[in-house]
Amino acid sequence: MTEASLPADKSSGLLIDEARGFRQKIIYLLRLLWRDKSGMIGLILFLTLIFLAVTAPWISPHDPLQQNLRASRLPPAWSEGGTWDYPLGTDNLGRDLLSRIIYGSRVSLTVGFFGVLIAASLGMVVGLIAGYTGGRVDSAITGLINLILAMPYLLFVVFIASIFGRSLINVILIFGITDSPIFARTTRGEVLRLRESGYVESAISLGASQFRIIFRHILPNLIGPLITVATFEMSAMIFYEAGLGFLNLSVPPSIPSWGNMLSAGRKYLTSSPWLLTFPGLAIMFTSLGMNLLGDWLRDVLDPRLRRVKK
Amino acid sequence: MKILTVDRGTSTPLLDVRNLTTKFGTMDGTVHAVNDVSFILDEGETLAIVGESGCGKTVSMLSILRMIPEPPGKVTQGQALFFDGISTRDLLSLSISKIRQVRGCEVGFIFQDPLTSLNPVLTIGQQISESLVEHKGMSDSQARKRTLELLDLVGISEGKRRYKNYPHQFSGGMRQRVMIAIAIACLPKILIADEPTTALDVTVQAQIVELVARLKEELNMAVIWITHDLGVVAGMADRVMVMYGGQVVERAIVEELYERPQHPYTIGLLGALPRADEIETRRLVSIEGSPPDLYSEPTHCQFAFRCPYAFDRCWEEIPPLLTIGKRLRVACFYDVNQGKARDVPEQ
Repeated sequence: MTEASLPADKSSGLLIDEARGFRQKIIYLLRLLWRDKSGMIGLILFLTLIFLAVTAPWISPHDPLQQNLRASRLPPAWSEGGTWDYPLGTDNLGRDLLSRIIYGSRVSLTVGFFGVLIAASLGMVVGLIAGYTGGRVDSAITGLINLILAMPYLLFVVFIASIFGRSLINVILIFGITDSPIFARTTRGEVLRLRESGYVESAISLGASQFRIIFRHILPNLIGPLITVATFEMSAMIFYEAGLGFLNLSVPPSIPSWGNMLSAGRKYLTSSPWLLTFPGLAIMFTSLGMNLLGDWLRDVLDPRLRRVKK
Repeated sequence: MKILTVDRGTSTPLLDVRNLTTKFGTMDGTVHAVNDVSFILDEGETLAIVGESGCGKTVSMLSILRMIPEPPGKVTQGQALFFDGISTRDLLSLSISKIRQVRGCEVGFIFQDPLTSLNPVLTIGQQISESLVEHKGMSDSQARKRTLELLDLVGISEGKRRYKNYPHQFSGGMRQRVMIAIAIACLPKILIADEPTTALDVTVQAQIVELVARLKEELNMAVIWITHDLGVVAGMADRVMVMYGGQVVERAIVEELYERPQHPYTIGLLGALPRADEIETRRLVSIEGSPPDLYSEPTHCQFAFRCPYAFDRCWEEIPPLLTIGKRLRVACFYDVNQGKARDVPEQ
């Protein structure tokens, strides 16, 4: 009996490719997720972040900008002197910390998402050109990539940020451009490998055009590694945005962001540690979640690793 | 004057390759991978190209389809006249878009390693239907229908289910069947099989050989079968071309080659082959020495280094393909069967 003539075991949904219809695929993915608990935690953290960012106006107990000087630097509700009016306490101007953290997720997510989007699109195009064309073009692009990567990243970002000033768009553009070499390098490496692969050769033997080879045969193979890189880079950007905020170089102080909160709370580190602790935890959990998610995506996006053991 | 090394049949051959020469520029110098190779392929025939690794079998086929990466490679001379029943085109001078139409559409190519020749992120259905959509302009549903027929044709059962599968869900033999389905999707006139059975185990090899032989009959294709397995050649080929060091050393109808091999290299190859019908036990003979390096411009018979019969003239000029009986057959100055040098006029 050959492999092909075995009846498909539909009840157990062994392979995603046999799952018919959208619903079954979702069920299948959830099953995969259930098996990888850390991926699950990552996804939950990430979804929580998105949920917070989207529903911020409705779930925040207070206006994040509403000052209340009489209630300044209140500790979290569970410590002495705290009140459930301000569950995580207030900052030096009496603004609700929880609301500010919830609103802060918007900045982080926006910077992370659009920054990665710009970096990935830019890097992918450049990397594809370098990898596929080869020769002098490749050498020139690789040289440029190495030049950018050789610069101390934070210093570079600080430099640009101080020239162009503080705004969300600027931060996104800075991260998008300075991070694109990472994507370009990953893409180039993969393209170099894929360009010589048997299936590209066989596509050529079938008369496929260059356009078709790049977009049909090479690009889909890049998506797995690039999404993984994107997740990690998104986490890094959220990190760096907070760093810039801490240095007062990210979004203007009027916008609540985790970095700005860290920066503002620094002065009160010894007397009111919660001003730093909670934004710090928010950054940490976000970063942790994205990294776990990235690990899981890397496994799932490779069709060869998509197997469910019963 | 150069001896015209092409034996002309009465009708126009499907493929007429003349004086094909391919070189590669490397750091260590120029590699003369294919030197002055000529052969013809008639409609519906199976031509086997035999030779050891690095003798230029694959490179000459890739050269014809202009699939040599350039640089470092370059086809420096030659013609590959492809006759499609109406007109004759020289594949080596077609424009890029024209040669793309030939690839896959009129000439199918099966590669050696089915494990790496399929794209791991596309389903096999997508990969088979790709050239149907690209070359034949079929709609997706037409292509799908045709793909299911093709899967059936190459012996993959449950096509509807398998259509959605990814390459890693297939065994090596099944993947090679998929590769064959891709290669024959547009009903090419010529199917080039580059050692398609090397990566497979023996029983599967036999199935693949049978499959190609059957498809050749059903679809009326000519097959060029590149191999180093003389056993496979005996079973399926009509004619054989033996290559050594980038040169054609012998060409013959398959029976003639096995009955009366002319070139010392062919004799050596056959001597190294165990035979099922042998009664006495014997040691398999190996050919002394190692394959030539191809860095120097060939000025003599490449086999002279290892040839037990080599004499002065073998080192002075390249032997042309000589006529034995009625056909051009062997490129050798020494007649092994007679035990004396051949009478070849100076060029």
